[in-house]
Amino acid sequence: MVGNVEFELERDAFAEAIAWTAKGLPARPVVPVTAGVVLEVTDGAMIVSGFDFEVLNRIEVPVTDKAAGRVLVSGRLLAEIARALPPKDVRVVVEGNRLVVRCGSVRFNLPLLHIEDYPAVPVLPATSGKVRGDVFATAVAQVTAAASRDETLPMLTGVRMEIGPEALILAATDRYRLAERHIPWTPTGTVPSTSLIVPAKTLADVAKSLGSASEVVLSMGDADDAGFLGFSAGGRQTLTRLLDGEFVKFASLWPTAVTTTVEVQVSEFVAALKRVALVAQRFAPVRLAFSEDTVQLSAEAEDESSAEEELEVGVTGEPLTIGFNAGYLLDGLAAVTTPRATLSFTEPSKPTVITPVTGLGADDPDDARDGSYRYLVMSMRLRG
Amino acid sequence: MGRSADLPRSMDVPRASCTADRDCHVLHVDMDAFYASVEVRERPELIGRPVVVAGGSNPAGDRGVVLSASYQARAFGVRSAMPVAHARRLCPQAEFIPPHFPRYAEVSRGVMALFREVTPLVEPLSLDEAFLDVAGSLRRLGMGPAGIGEWIRGQVYDAHRVTCSVGVGPSKFIAKLASGLSKPDGLLVVPADGVLEFLHPLPLSALWGVGERTAQALRKLGCTTVADVAIAPLPALRRALGVVCAQHLHDLANGRDERRVVPDMPEKSVGAEETFAHDVVDRAVLRRELLRLVERCTAAMRGRDLRGRRIALKIRYPDFTTVSRSRTLAYPTDSAHRVFAVATELLDSNLPRGTAVRLLGVRVELLVRGVAGEQLTLDGDSVSACWPDVERAADAARSRFGSAAVRLATLLESPADRGETQSPESGNQIG
Repeated sequence: MVGNVEFELERDAFAEAIAWTAKGLPARPVVPVTAGVVLEVTDGAMIVSGFDFEVLNRIEVPVTDKAAGRVLVSGRLLAEIARALPPKDVRVVVEGNRLVVRCGSVRFNLPLLHIEDYPAVPVLPATSGKVRGDVFATAVAQVTAAASRDETLPMLTGVRMEIGPEALILAATDRYRLAERHIPWTPTGTVPSTSLIVPAKTLADVAKSLGSASEVVLSMGDADDAGFLGFSAGGRQTLTRLLDGEFVKFASLWPTAVTTTVEVQVSEFVAALKRVALVAQRFAPVRLAFSEDTVQLSAEAEDESSAEEELEVGVTGEPLTIGFNAGYLLDGLAAVTTPRATLSFTEPSKPTVITPVTGLGADDPDDARDGSYRYLVMSMRLRG
Repeated sequence: MGRSADLPRSMDVPRASCTADRDCHVLHVDMDAFYASVEVRERPELIGRPVVVAGGSNPAGDRGVVLSASYQARAFGVRSAMPVAHARRLCPQAEFIPPHFPRYAEVSRGVMALFREVTPLVEPLSLDEAFLDVAGSLRRLGMGPAGIGEWIRGQVYDAHRVTCSVGVGPSKFIAKLASGLSKPDGLLVVPADGVLEFLHPLPLSALWGVGERTAQALRKLGCTTVADVAIAPLPALRRALGVVCAQHLHDLANGRDERRVVPDMPEKSVGAEETFAHDVVDRAVLRRELLRLVERCTAAMRGRDLRGRRIALKIRYPDFTTVSRSRTLAYPTDSAHRVFAVATELLDSNLPRGTAVRLLGVRVELLVRGVAGEQLTLDGDSVSACWPDVERAADAARSRFGSAAVRLATLLESPADRGETQSPESGNQIG
């Protein structure tokens, strides 16, 4: 414990700050102290932070400070207490070896944990640039859908972020599909031309918690101390440890020649896919047979239940029959934010690409939001 | 085990392979004195001695019951389900051993897996016996039912060092009787046109479902053999036994048994394993054996429209310690290529260099049937992408032209396999 923490603030702000930090705490901490949150009071602000060696979450909230200091308490307990407090101002003070939380006539005492045992936390690297919050949130959601959840290939549980002078290129793959998205960004000063691999789960969490801000600031260190990447917006900061290793070389996977292109109305096609997929068991494909201006969707199960549906679509090129894991196709289509999308095929064993139909020029400002999204998906081999 | 002990042993029937096995597609495989045989295998000093496996509240004392008795013990009249005290009086010199069920279960799994390599239609009756319907496997295996029976007997002994007896017949009833009569360590074929000739001299207890009570009722009707039941008027049988039982026995006595071999549960895994004639250290040989096992296992899967997601490798060392290691894939596969890649990885990461291996096994679990498709991957090179087709084509060729028709080049016989020595200097010369 350092100093005598004492401050006052409004109940909702307190509860929200504690809840946000506690949510990121590990369910099974590597060392017990990391189940705690650090409460720090300094210069009219309360800083709440949690760190599990991989991710640091830190939030700063203005308070009426009476005594500066820094203490560690159980994160889960403090969050439950904060959530349960009545709508009155909260007064927090350290008395001896306890943290006392008062709110109206409610009083809680929490034992202080040993802050001397708390691990050293990473510091936010020098700021590198800014992205639009909504664009960032959309892009991350689009790309993380394709990331792997299989820990045996850790690198694929990440999103590759390529830092360019004007855009960030996000990409993720689980070996069965690949999602890619460009987002324009504004670097501050010189940009390290590099690429990072950011854990997809953390990135998705960050996008949810910071995406509502108008701007998200990205902070990355030099090549030398590039172990962490920071995101900050509206008093919140998340630093995540980057994944090591070489990401798969995916640039060459995008097909150059296309033999069939199909333009679909996304919501209609998605609804049909979902219906037909009802009978497709796990690992069973949904069959798509494209011919002149129609697609026949069908699926069958081992018990001989089956489903069929025909849909009008715009087909250009060769007729084609191909099978897919419906979930993979739906993930790709769900990330399309335009009403129509294009599916491009070569042959069933080659990648299929889904792109939004923007109907606008590439330099249209709205294009920044969805136009650069593309999704590659491998088919399932059909029997017989 | 069981009632076959009551049947006459001196039947004048051919005991070895028989060519009249046409239409005899049902096999009944029964392990000989199963628990006792497994115990004798574990303790070779007991070979040839009377051995009794007895369980119950206090197997060491006299309050248990006999679970299994070696044929040497049976010669003294020891039978299954007999109180241990009784068995001790009959055969005091026998070695009484408490049961080791995990051991029996393991052998049983191995044996049942072997049966499932032959046919998916395996109906286990207990740990130590099963019916197999091999009608659909004759062409693929290029053997008749009797040949398959002998192959199974050889494989069971090679892999587990215990013997079994096989009955081959046109129905379950006949096959089961035949295995009982061929015991121990035998095979008996009852040709379809020889069923009545085989059946009729047998005592009443040969009929499935006839216990002491029913036998008494039948004797009251003047029946002493199966033939008597076959010609007994059905109304009389009905009065004595009830409608259902009467019809059942009458049908059996006339050689009618329409019951099919029904696999009792969905298959959980498909596997193949091999006990080497000599312990193997050479990594190249192990890999080749592994490939052979993978081929066997995945061909059986493809034949049955199964794909699996977990690949398990089993290694048994010369001291009989056994390790199993597995890996789960994201998608089910039936490709020998994929399975072999994983199995080799498991072998390399789990078997220290220079270690001798007694047995190698590969097993594919988490099976799905039929409609599952193979999910293609972004990094799958064109060769591996076309493997499943190649393998299916090879399966088709093998089912038409026999198992030697198509093989992976790595599995072609090497000079070493033919008992010739191969030194690095001599290369592939055959002297």
